[in-house]
Amino acid sequence: MPSETASQTAPMDIVTQFEIARSDYLGRKRMYLVLFWVAFVVSLALAVWHSGFSIVEVVDGLPRTTEFIVRMYSALTIENFYADLIDWFWGFEEWLDALFVSLLMAFLATVIGTTLGGTLSFYASRNLAKNYAVYFVTRRILEIARTVPDIVWALIFIYPFGVGPVAGILALTIHTTGAQGKLFAEVNENIDHKPIDGIRAAGGNWFEEIRFAVVPQVMPNFISYTFWRLALNVQAATVMGFVGAGGIGYELINAVKLLYFLDTGAILLMIICTVFLIDMASEKLRHRIIGKETLIG
Amino acid sequence: MSSVKLADITPEIIAKDRERFPRVFSLTVADQCLRWFLWVGGVLVIFYCLNRFGFFSERFWGAFPRMGIMFAQMFPPTGFDQLGEYTNAIGETLAMAFIGSLAGGILAIPFAFLASKNMMPFRPVQFGTRRFADILRASDYLIWGLIFVRAMGLGPIPGIMAIIVIDTGILITLYSEAIENIDRKPIDGIKASGGGRLEVIRYGVIPQVLPVLLSNALYMFESNTRAATILGIVGAGGIGFLLSDNLRAFEFSNAATIIIMIIIVVYGIDYLSKRLRERFIYGDAVLQGHDRPMDRAAAQMKK
Repeated sequence: MPSETASQTAPMDIVTQFEIARSDYLGRKRMYLVLFWVAFVVSLALAVWHSGFSIVEVVDGLPRTTEFIVRMYSALTIENFYADLIDWFWGFEEWLDALFVSLLMAFLATVIGTTLGGTLSFYASRNLAKNYAVYFVTRRILEIARTVPDIVWALIFIYPFGVGPVAGILALTIHTTGAQGKLFAEVNENIDHKPIDGIRAAGGNWFEEIRFAVVPQVMPNFISYTFWRLALNVQAATVMGFVGAGGIGYELINAVKLLYFLDTGAILLMIICTVFLIDMASEKLRHRIIGKETLIG
Repeated sequence: MSSVKLADITPEIIAKDRERFPRVFSLTVADQCLRWFLWVGGVLVIFYCLNRFGFFSERFWGAFPRMGIMFAQMFPPTGFDQLGEYTNAIGETLAMAFIGSLAGGILAIPFAFLASKNMMPFRPVQFGTRRFADILRASDYLIWGLIFVRAMGLGPIPGIMAIIVIDTGILITLYSEAIENIDRKPIDGIKASGGGRLEVIRYGVIPQVLPVLLSNALYMFESNTRAATILGIVGAGGIGFLLSDNLRAFEFSNAATIIIMIIIVVYGIDYLSKRLRERFIYGDAVLQGHDRPMDRAAAQMKK
């Protein structure tokens, strides 16, 4: 360091010292920026080369995709609207039933997964876990449950449980457990510790600390995350059928594979509407709960 | 305010207060009924679901030994002779996520300005762009992947397209929320000193929103990496194809290798994204936190 050796030999005036430190700092900042851009450009070049990405192919494929989507939604004519609509949704009851299965799958997985994840989250928060080993092991379990995508869990569970919604429910449950456990643990780690001290001073054990000091503080956040997770799970449940794990996804993938454009369009429309509605309802409920709870607390 | 001692609170006072503020002491009858209704209803729905999907049947409980066999087969993981192929596919996954996130992150910017209330005074356009974004993100990655594969053929490009579409849809919403939350004062300052519309955006809006935009784009990169690992299930490139192939052929030990690789890669990307966020987006704050030039100059003065 030039500035240090300089200050040992002779006193330097503060402006020079400051200028040296400043240019040092700016130089380091510039170096990081250059390094970042070099890494960025190299990875982009590698990515384009490795995936064989070409704008030509994208431009070539876009009209075909547009045509696909247009053909999905070309069933209706103005002159004969209602008859066309009925004709288009010829399998409505069947699809609605499959969609309902998807919804139930998401609901069940959210309930079970949140219960499990919520329980585990108390062991996975550093400030609440009894010892480091418990914390460490719970964290790792939750991480593995979360990092493996839900559809991969579904592929795994198809073997023991067979084709059907059970594999999908278990897959979503495991993913939900991991995701909720991590989010809840973060909430737990940000709580106020005074109520815990109070319970402990009054002679409460660990479970009583959790029940009476932690749960009342974290409940609004838990509920809010749960509604959010429900919306995500509904979306995930719509594609579980792609691998045979139940729900509307099976109807959709068949329609696409057999190039039944109109069926694809109809099923997709139903999925999008459902996801929309659940999303909106979940957001409304979340705002209501958080708003209400903060008014009291 | 006069202080109240604990001994002063008599049952009469409590009763009086309870009459005045009943909701502080207990829920109203209507609320209690609602609560009971929700609990009982919820439990009934859960039992209906469990019963409908056969969780109480012999078939469900009989599957657990088979699950044990499956997990036993997973370990030790095998397939190291195909490690080159797996690594190649993982690289393809990362490439898809990277290109998709980059393109989506850039594509979403103009739409985000159209979709924010303070930048787009013409309300129908603002509302329309928001709903457009909602439609893009309402379907799952796999659904878009499936459509693009059917229209464009197998390979990583349809996967990249699916990632771009969903990334754009989500980022339009996130970006426009960031743009709507900006401080008006810098904009007023630029307008007052004679800045035009472009200058307002360049010097008033972008410095405020850029860190949030980058942070959101990075967050989506993490999410897209997870998605890119599974897009191969519908034939849209990446490791997902090999994984589903092995699982469908009951090659569980090979699948375990791939799953472990996926976990490592997803962790790596999460870590990288966290570091990038710290270093570049909040870079100044972090650097100044432990390395302030002024403080160091002052410390050297004291010596």
